[in-house]
Amino acid sequence: MRINRIKETAMQGVFFLTAITSIAAVVLICIFLFCNGIPAMAEIGFFDFVGGQKWSPTNVPASYGILYMIIGSIYVTAGAVLVGVPIGVLTAVFLARFCPQPIYKFLKPATELLAGIPSIVYGFFGLMVVVPFIREHFGGSGSSLMAASLVLGIMILPTIIGVSESSIRAVPESYYEGALALGATRERSVFKAVFPAAKSGVLAGIVLGIGRAIGETMAVVLIAGNQVQLPESLTDGVRTLTANIVLEMGYATGLHRQALIATAVVLFVFILLITVSMQAIKSRSENRG
Amino acid sequence: MDKFQIKNMNLYYDKFHALKDINLNMQENKITAFIGPSGCGKSTLLKSLNRMNDLVEGCKITGDIRLDGEDIYGNMDVNLLRKRVGMVFQKANPFPMSVYDNIAFGPRTHGIKSKKQLDEIVEQSLRDAAIWDELKDRLKKSALGLSGGQQQRLCIARALAVKPEVLLMDEATSALDPISTGKIEELCLKLKKQYTIIMVTHNMQQALRISDYTAFFLLGEMVEYNNTDTIFSSPKNKKTEEYITGRFG
Repeated sequence: MRINRIKETAMQGVFFLTAITSIAAVVLICIFLFCNGIPAMAEIGFFDFVGGQKWSPTNVPASYGILYMIIGSIYVTAGAVLVGVPIGVLTAVFLARFCPQPIYKFLKPATELLAGIPSIVYGFFGLMVVVPFIREHFGGSGSSLMAASLVLGIMILPTIIGVSESSIRAVPESYYEGALALGATRERSVFKAVFPAAKSGVLAGIVLGIGRAIGETMAVVLIAGNQVQLPESLTDGVRTLTANIVLEMGYATGLHRQALIATAVVLFVFILLITVSMQAIKSRSENRG
Repeated sequence: MDKFQIKNMNLYYDKFHALKDINLNMQENKITAFIGPSGCGKSTLLKSLNRMNDLVEGCKITGDIRLDGEDIYGNMDVNLLRKRVGMVFQKANPFPMSVYDNIAFGPRTHGIKSKKQLDEIVEQSLRDAAIWDELKDRLKKSALGLSGGQQQRLCIARALAVKPEVLLMDEATSALDPISTGKIEELCLKLKKQYTIIMVTHNMQQALRISDYTAFFLLGEMVEYNNTDTIFSSPKNKKTEEYITGRFG
């Protein structure tokens, strides 16, 4: 009896420790980011930092404005959404409701494999295939907003497909049958009765995909061109927040280094916003269901 | 007049012979009840009438089912068939949208776009389903917030909105309390003036109360079919008698 209680307490401790580890990791990252980033922002001036249009950390005097990179990240992510969402959502509908079993057995693992490909491989693919294609057909150097959007759009597909498909599958079959029984075609039943019921799950998948796109680094750095500028066309180069950090962290020192960490703080805030909206979507769908 | 004519009909789920040589004519503007123990094939037969069995893999039907003399497994467009033969399910299945959109779903499916026309159909359908007074102030609210009985009557209204000729009811009251059941039974008696109603029920009293004709099924065969009064007062078959007097089932 006593030994049992001791075991019980000990295991409780173990579970508590494991749970606290992941939380500790998040907290430590936050502390690290903010301790290093906030002072830099203060020194540069918050609005000069996030609103500044000039990034020349090695000049004298140096300027640390990341506005174009914030815009760059937003553009690239928006481009990825434009490419990835229609393809991903329709693929999910197909997989969940229309796909014949033999094709499904092949298609489903294929979409999952897409998630397992390392991002550097996507980058290479972009560099060797997408960039030359854009150079030849649309002009410019090829390394561009368009290239990054296309490749990121493909990269977020598995996230969108996976989450959307399972939420479409979770819709009760009775909605589908109810629509059919009213004389609706199969397509109409799926798109007008089943799909709306899965909307919040699909939205959650899209938001997760956005999170993945905005944080992606290796693939983007290879194909986006990385010029600090406001892109005026799809074939212009663009530098994202993540690319900025990875390109310069190797040699940066002093305030430059801190400014890069502050860039990461901005990125972190974006991710935080995405996570919060994700939670909001979740709780809304739970309240309704 | 015969609305549905079923002739030498057999139904298989893969190897399983679920319905055996069914011959049955169902009359217009009457309520026909299918009774029998679970697994006897009565729901299967009901679902054959609007081809919802098409969704079941391995389901094969031979023989003849005719609606107004027209073979429903022949050249008839299945979506058109389901518009003519509406269905109310055992478990109320309103779509997760507003009351209004639930009712308008069917008419919109069949191409009605005008707001005014839809408004009229929604009101008329809800009135026909005797639920207008309860819901007229809640048309924009989600249908999932209604009580079980209201949801089922909403589903009846939704089925009526496409102006069907036949209404199939698959144990439509089995999940409801006696008061809601009573309301739906009353509704059926009212609706049969305009529609042909075919219902599956486990509730013998219900069959006796509202149906005009009753068919008794056992192990995939139709054992007896007659006027409800005759079936319940002087059944010809021993099995029927045993079942309706509650000796098995």
